[in-house]
Amino acid sequence: MLKITGDKFPKMFEILSESMSVYLPVKRSDGKTEYKKWQEGDLWSDALNTERSAKDFFFPQSENLMKFKVEGKNIEVIDIRDENEDFVIFGAKACDVRSFEILDRVFLTEPVDSFYKNRREHAVVVTAACSKPQETCFCTSFDIDPINPVGDITLWREADAIYLEAKTEKGAALVEKLSEISEECDNTEVEAGKARTAKVFEKLPLKGLGNEKFGGGKTKEFFDSPLWAPLSEACLGCGTCTFVCPTCQCYDIKEFNTGKEVIRYRCWDSCMYSDFTKMAHGNNRNSQVERFRQRFMHKLVYFPENNEGIFGCVGCGRCLSKCPISMNIVKVMKALGGSENV
Amino acid sequence: MQKITREALIEKASSLLSNGTVTSVMGWKRGEFDYDVTPAVFETVEEMEKDFVWSDFCGANFSKYLVSKTQNSEGKILVFLKPCDTYSFNQLLTEHRFDREKVFAVAIPCEGMADISKIKAQVGEGIVEIEPKGENLLITTLYDEDKKAVNAADVLAERCVNCKSKKHVAYDELLGETGEIIDSNRFDEVARIEALTPDERFAFWQNELSKCIRCNACRDVCPACTCEKCVFDNPQSPVENKAPTNEFEEKMFHIIRAFHVAGRCTDCGECSRVCPQNIPLHLLNRKFIKDINEFYGDYQAGAEEGSRAPLVDYTFDDIEACDAVNRRDNNA
Amino acid sequence: MYNANDTLIPVVGVITDIRIDTPDIKTFRVVTPEGAKPFDHRPGQCAMLSIPGVGEAMFSITSSPTNTEFMEFSIKKCGCVTDWLHAAEVGQQLTLRGPYGKPFPVDEDFKGENLLFIAGGVGLAPLRSVINYCRHYRENYGKIDIVYGSRSKDDLLDYQEIIDEWTKDTNVDVHLTIDNPQEGWDGHVGFVPNYVKELGFDTNKTAVICGPPIMIKFTLEGLVALGFDKTQIFTTLELRMKCGVGKCGRCNVGSKYVCKDGPVFRMDELDELPDEY
Repeated sequence: MLKITGDKFPKMFEILSESMSVYLPVKRSDGKTEYKKWQEGDLWSDALNTERSAKDFFFPQSENLMKFKVEGKNIEVIDIRDENEDFVIFGAKACDVRSFEILDRVFLTEPVDSFYKNRREHAVVVTAACSKPQETCFCTSFDIDPINPVGDITLWREADAIYLEAKTEKGAALVEKLSEISEECDNTEVEAGKARTAKVFEKLPLKGLGNEKFGGGKTKEFFDSPLWAPLSEACLGCGTCTFVCPTCQCYDIKEFNTGKEVIRYRCWDSCMYSDFTKMAHGNNRNSQVERFRQRFMHKLVYFPENNEGIFGCVGCGRCLSKCPISMNIVKVMKALGGSENV
Repeated sequence: MQKITREALIEKASSLLSNGTVTSVMGWKRGEFDYDVTPAVFETVEEMEKDFVWSDFCGANFSKYLVSKTQNSEGKILVFLKPCDTYSFNQLLTEHRFDREKVFAVAIPCEGMADISKIKAQVGEGIVEIEPKGENLLITTLYDEDKKAVNAADVLAERCVNCKSKKHVAYDELLGETGEIIDSNRFDEVARIEALTPDERFAFWQNELSKCIRCNACRDVCPACTCEKCVFDNPQSPVENKAPTNEFEEKMFHIIRAFHVAGRCTDCGECSRVCPQNIPLHLLNRKFIKDINEFYGDYQAGAEEGSRAPLVDYTFDDIEACDAVNRRDNNA
Repeated sequence: MYNANDTLIPVVGVITDIRIDTPDIKTFRVVTPEGAKPFDHRPGQCAMLSIPGVGEAMFSITSSPTNTEFMEFSIKKCGCVTDWLHAAEVGQQLTLRGPYGKPFPVDEDFKGENLLFIAGGVGLAPLRSVINYCRHYRENYGKIDIVYGSRSKDDLLDYQEIIDEWTKDTNVDVHLTIDNPQEGWDGHVGFVPNYVKELGFDTNKTAVICGPPIMIKFTLEGLVALGFDKTQIFTTLELRMKCGVGKCGRCNVGSKYVCKDGPVFRMDELDELPDEY
């Protein structure tokens, strides 16, 4: 285990930035935290959650896929892909890092999405263990260990120092670069910190939320539940939950005609939107109840059914704090699971 | 802390349900925590007694829900309206957006709503309980042994700090007392931004709007946005899109939206409340309200049902466009 | 440059022939600019066609895989991309990607079986590929029955091919029907589901249905009434698609993606899915 003291953080980011871009959570002017490319003077914020999830690094809100030159009846397809540059995601939390695994199951299964893979291959993920969970946290409901998170490097913060442990070759290579500012140490402080944090996790109000009622093969059990109507009653049909969710990955493919060329791009889409499944001659999810049901059935039943029981939720709590009407997966799970009436 | 009690609201709903005046009640439903209240329709007093909430976290404005709730309903729905909600209610009626006959509006006084972000900024994260006590809110967190007292006035939502009116402008029945229109400072922030240089002003909005994720929450909650097919969702429209693909589009969405609701926005502040990125969207709309007041004389959308807004009511005395520009430039 | 295949990046194709099939359906023949077949496929699979600047949409490949020279698409005019294609001329280029979806099990479940194809309207388009495949490998299958109906004689897709080729095959029976009587038509008049019941097929065959949802529903009921088991009946579905490979998230019925796990489904598999189609 390596220790880097707080006074050396600026130097650490400087060293890492020499060979690649480093993205880290920093405080915005409104006090909220957002990922930003490190520049001299930027301070790392270990606040629990960034406002937007870390999925943006691999699955950005919009990206150009290709271009077309159209002349008369002729069309030329222009491949605009470039090899991505290496970059570091510093300080992601366990929930967001689990979301990468979930996104991998979508984008890296055949046929592989090269746009996603390109970015994924070039990223080094430095995961920060949680020390200050919030009331909205429920990652442990999805079998995530926020105190011993996975990643290329795992990081613990204690007092004014960080402790690093490389978990992959990529991580080891990065840690190697920090040798001049780090020192070897034992894990006494880190273990004490873990024990302290574990006690907080015991007190979390959503601690008891289990996933055992859900999973693959439960479509018939939940699809026609009368609870979908009251649960979705106030839903505005906006895309907030979808867009702040680290695992939501539905997209649309659209085009923009510049006059000189046609750019085909992909952008986030939401199953909550009324036009999501709309065709020239009909729509198989006409009501908000159906669209609402689709989102939660996907996370709690369909996704695990197709992915060895892995749920499409990481318990980060962003939808809990962001939904305009305060409806969210916790309320849905409690209602459908029978522990709460609607 | 709210002066009218939850019990008083349930009692009123109970009598209106039992005498057949209404068949359902639009109200606030208790959440996981004390602050995540959800709009809901209650059909029985038992449901209300179990889950109905009236607290400092009942900011949601129900007026827009009446558009859908009165569409295929048989009976009347009871809706509780805070003073600011009554303005949206009136404006929607003016625009013939819902069936007034199917609504029974109960006006309730409001002492202002709390902003959970402000509370978190004061006491930190991990809030597990919020208990109103006198002028204070007593907050229990995961990290403190003792409850922390926060003065409710210090954590009021921005729209409530700058409350424009405690007066109810529409209702079938009033519970408690109505108040007065307030000479608020709601245009101060607009004036501050107006006083910036064009470059500074651009930088301000650039910074704010670059945070936008185009979730459409502002539009979808807005009582002035009730178009059946929004221009941003219409594939036939040149501005249709789902993501801000560049800096220009980030701003375009909000500018177009501000223009579409100009003269109709009641300044209810829901857009800023729901924004997941904390963008002060209400400032765009307030700028329009301020300009309309200055150019055409004071006008408050929703203050009076059926009123003709200055922007759709031509008179010979209307300010000429060039004079408006001159006045703006002279002020700047 | 990032060198990796990506299914989202299409190839260019050229329209070399446009056949007017019915008042609202045209069949487009497509090859690469070099004159070759754009890619191989199996019967029942689909391809994404696009005109950059207009849009992209999924279509069944209606030519048989046994055709090694070109691909054909029978396209009904019903939206942005199809309107544009209907106005296109020979020589127009477009882009294609695919093939997508699970094909009909022509070399598995269908092999050695008697086959009954039932189509309504443009629903013949996805079946043409499999019918011609089975006709090509005639020895692999038993008796073939084809029931096909449309609004009027003019609305029958591939009419000339049906008359000139299909009806002349040995051990292939074609049963045509139109919704209403019409001058110059001495064939059967009536809806497809009723006609199927009237024809009263033996259950010793595998059935494939394609057409409007309402036709599928009643035909299915008819077949079940005749004693067919749902495991003997196949159909092909259509929902809105963007990616074609089960990633964009919109064409699912329950946990199955129509683009990836379909479009071909056996009826008993569909029964397992929620009623969302």
